[in-house]
Amino acid sequence: MVGACMYKNNLTRREFLSRSGKAAGFAVAAAGAGYLLHEAERHPFREIHEETVVRDLRITELKSEIVVGSGDDAASVTAAVITALGGMSAFIHPGDVVVVKPNIGWDRRPEQAANTNPDVVAEVVRHCVAAGAAKVIVTDITCNDPVRCFNRSGIAAAAREAGAEVLLPNEARLRDVNMGGVMLGRQPVFDTYLEVDKCINIPIAKHHGLTRVSLGLKNLYGIIGGNRGRLHQDIHNSIADLGNFLRATLTILDAWRILLRNGPQGGSLDDVEERHVIAASVDPVALDAWGGERFFGLSVADMPWLALSQRYGLGTTDHATLPLTEVYA
Amino acid sequence: MSDVSSRTSRDAARFKRLRWLRRVSQAAFLFLFVFLLLKTNIDSLATPDELPRISAPVDFFLEINPLIALGTVLSTHTLYRNLYYALVVIVLTLFLGRFFCGWVCPMGTINHMLASLRSGRMKGITRLENNRYRPAQRWKYIILTVLLAAAAMGSLQVGLLDPISLLTRSLTLVILPAWNVLMQDAYSWSLHGDTGVLSPLQVPVSWFVHKLLLRTQVVLFEQTGLILLLFLGILAANRYITRFWCRMLCPLGALFGIMSKTAILGLEKQPSMCTNCNRCALHCQGGDNPEPGMTWHQSECHLCLNCVASCPEAGIAFRFFNDTTASTREVNVTRRTLMLSVGAGVAAVPLLRTAIHPDATPNPSLVRPPGSIPERDFLARCVRCGECMNVCPNNALHPTLLQAGIEGVWSPMLIPRIGYCEPTCVLCSQVCPTGAINEITEAEKAWVPPAEGGGTTYPPLRIGTAFYDLGRCLPWAMGKECIVCEEWCPTTPKAIYFDYAEFTTREGDYVWLKRPHVDPAICVGCGACTYACPVKGAPAIYITAVGETRNPRNSILLDVPRPKGFEHS
Repeated sequence: MVGACMYKNNLTRREFLSRSGKAAGFAVAAAGAGYLLHEAERHPFREIHEETVVRDLRITELKSEIVVGSGDDAASVTAAVITALGGMSAFIHPGDVVVVKPNIGWDRRPEQAANTNPDVVAEVVRHCVAAGAAKVIVTDITCNDPVRCFNRSGIAAAAREAGAEVLLPNEARLRDVNMGGVMLGRQPVFDTYLEVDKCINIPIAKHHGLTRVSLGLKNLYGIIGGNRGRLHQDIHNSIADLGNFLRATLTILDAWRILLRNGPQGGSLDDVEERHVIAASVDPVALDAWGGERFFGLSVADMPWLALSQRYGLGTTDHATLPLTEVYA
Repeated sequence: MSDVSSRTSRDAARFKRLRWLRRVSQAAFLFLFVFLLLKTNIDSLATPDELPRISAPVDFFLEINPLIALGTVLSTHTLYRNLYYALVVIVLTLFLGRFFCGWVCPMGTINHMLASLRSGRMKGITRLENNRYRPAQRWKYIILTVLLAAAAMGSLQVGLLDPISLLTRSLTLVILPAWNVLMQDAYSWSLHGDTGVLSPLQVPVSWFVHKLLLRTQVVLFEQTGLILLLFLGILAANRYITRFWCRMLCPLGALFGIMSKTAILGLEKQPSMCTNCNRCALHCQGGDNPEPGMTWHQSECHLCLNCVASCPEAGIAFRFFNDTTASTREVNVTRRTLMLSVGAGVAAVPLLRTAIHPDATPNPSLVRPPGSIPERDFLARCVRCGECMNVCPNNALHPTLLQAGIEGVWSPMLIPRIGYCEPTCVLCSQVCPTGAINEITEAEKAWVPPAEGGGTTYPPLRIGTAFYDLGRCLPWAMGKECIVCEEWCPTTPKAIYFDYAEFTTREGDYVWLKRPHVDPAICVGCGACTYACPVKGAPAIYITAVGETRNPRNSILLDVPRPKGFEHS
């Protein structure tokens, strides 16, 4: 009798069905979700095979030569060098998206010769625009604070005025790519280099403690992010791997002012020498070999990345076999 | 009778308009506050020779803040740079009362907004009782007294609880970085994410999110947990008591409460007109008893005008040179409590300083930003606002926990592993509102060679010295080429140099390597080497504060050039 008072015993069929149905529904959903999401085994650290990516932006039919320009004005010498190479339209086709890659590594002014000369960058941008490029991007992954590097180098203002889009580095835009190199496998690459049609590399010739000199191929450090310092453990193979990954359309070596000591960032004007030379080639190996010899008195053996790059077929270390044209402006 | 009723409707309309003006003012100052936080960086420079400077008056709210002004006057006996702006607020408060709390303070505005979002159970009599003046509101005066007494003893702790410092710190170090993390993730997803059916959204999202990014690099800080906890606690308290922080704890509000003793503006009550509807008290922000028949507390009123704007009769009105018979200007703190609070503040300082003396035995990991003054003076000025950490382009400055003792909690320190001190940058010294980081120029910092040529001018303003951990250094311990530290060293000549050394491998072969060294006479302690060191985890080269210019006792070298005739081998 007590039980009858305390407990309700008039359960309807409808209530029975709806309440047990609700419970069963959630139970089935939970079990189903568990089944769908179940992962029997994981191997998060097992090597996954990834396609090797090579960005070959060269125009193969062009003949290898070195054009060396000198004169009194960096922009007009650059223009003369481009003209001697057959004009920018030989490299840039209408509608191309072009990335121009100067060295903007350090918070230094142009006269300190740690970054590429802004007049040279601007002139190259103008020629790309005139050749019909759909878009010209100027970018670099800097060492120091990017805002300072881009602006105090004079490159941001000069490139913008010449019609380029100036792109500051952004961590979100790095993409891991398998370069398939000797030293460099998966590396975080600035995504712009994976998308563009052409790349013009504009290094500055300057001293470097470890490699003795930083020229065109070394400048490609600026396309990757991550722990770049780790690559110093085998810097020569790393440089060659980078050159193999990004085969630039054209390399223009800025030796307007060169940094002789305390590289690669320098600082003191006493370490800078005015040479007033701009050189260019589609062969980055020959251009590095020529530049290292001409400005720093280094032989091919002093620059081990050259032979390694040659083995990748990036060019020849024997720059003397290439025709050399000198122009004045 | 008709005269009175027409006056009523006129007053009510006027106070309603003024209440809208107050809302506009609150929104505008809150917007300005966040805007100035976002402007605390350099986004572009016109020419290579232009010196990077912050153009916006980013310290505005800290500099008009009487608590910071008074605190630093007590602790340093001087009024640094723009802190005299606070006089404007002081003068206005002496005449008007706590207008700052109700009309200007961004922390107050945030509390105000959150308090109005309360749940439905907080209404009627519950809310009325909740809004009554409570004796606990005197706690803020006790906090203020303790803080000012400690300041007079030379230890400036007001910044821990000053609402402007607290809000600047919380937004800068936690809230804005959290926003940026979210936006960076969204941006990353929009560029590279595998989004399936959502892929048509990627391009527009990418464009939109890029506009919402505050910085292109992820900037994150130490100590965000505790800072966030305090901030969230203050926000959450509004759920239980309207503007709990402003009423009970805020030392700046307490200072304004004391100053409002001389106010010529106040609430005037007409008990004969009052119908006891209690609408005034229902909407009261300060908990100051606006309803007729109770004692109005001038020191608690934020001048929000909610009471007068919601009065349906002519029961209350704000008047200049008001009749003060139904109000009090006294702060509810007894002389005994006051003396105890002063005693507590005075005693706290020597107790906090029973820790090891910062000048005689400096903490090696406490690397202060360039321009920082000696540690004791630093702690007499730093208000922990985090402006230096906000402006630092390299995310190098972080709040301490106990590195500077309990006395220095949340003051800035350089963590070179996360970011180094940019050699040409002096922005932290420019934005520091109190001169804890004294304002310096690039030439005074002297870490890089001057524009006219020659090497680095010495002596530079050093912040520390680099040392190698030879057991972790690649060339020293592992026979690998590296010298990334030498590459990054910014001085001319470089403080890091290398020699050529032979390394014996385990196979017994010899390798020739470039092996780095530090010249402590040239090293400025910027930490670029530590930042760039490829040995992740603990770096192979690290900075300690030894050699810092601000403390001559914290040095290694006997750096005196010997006069002619005194050289010897």
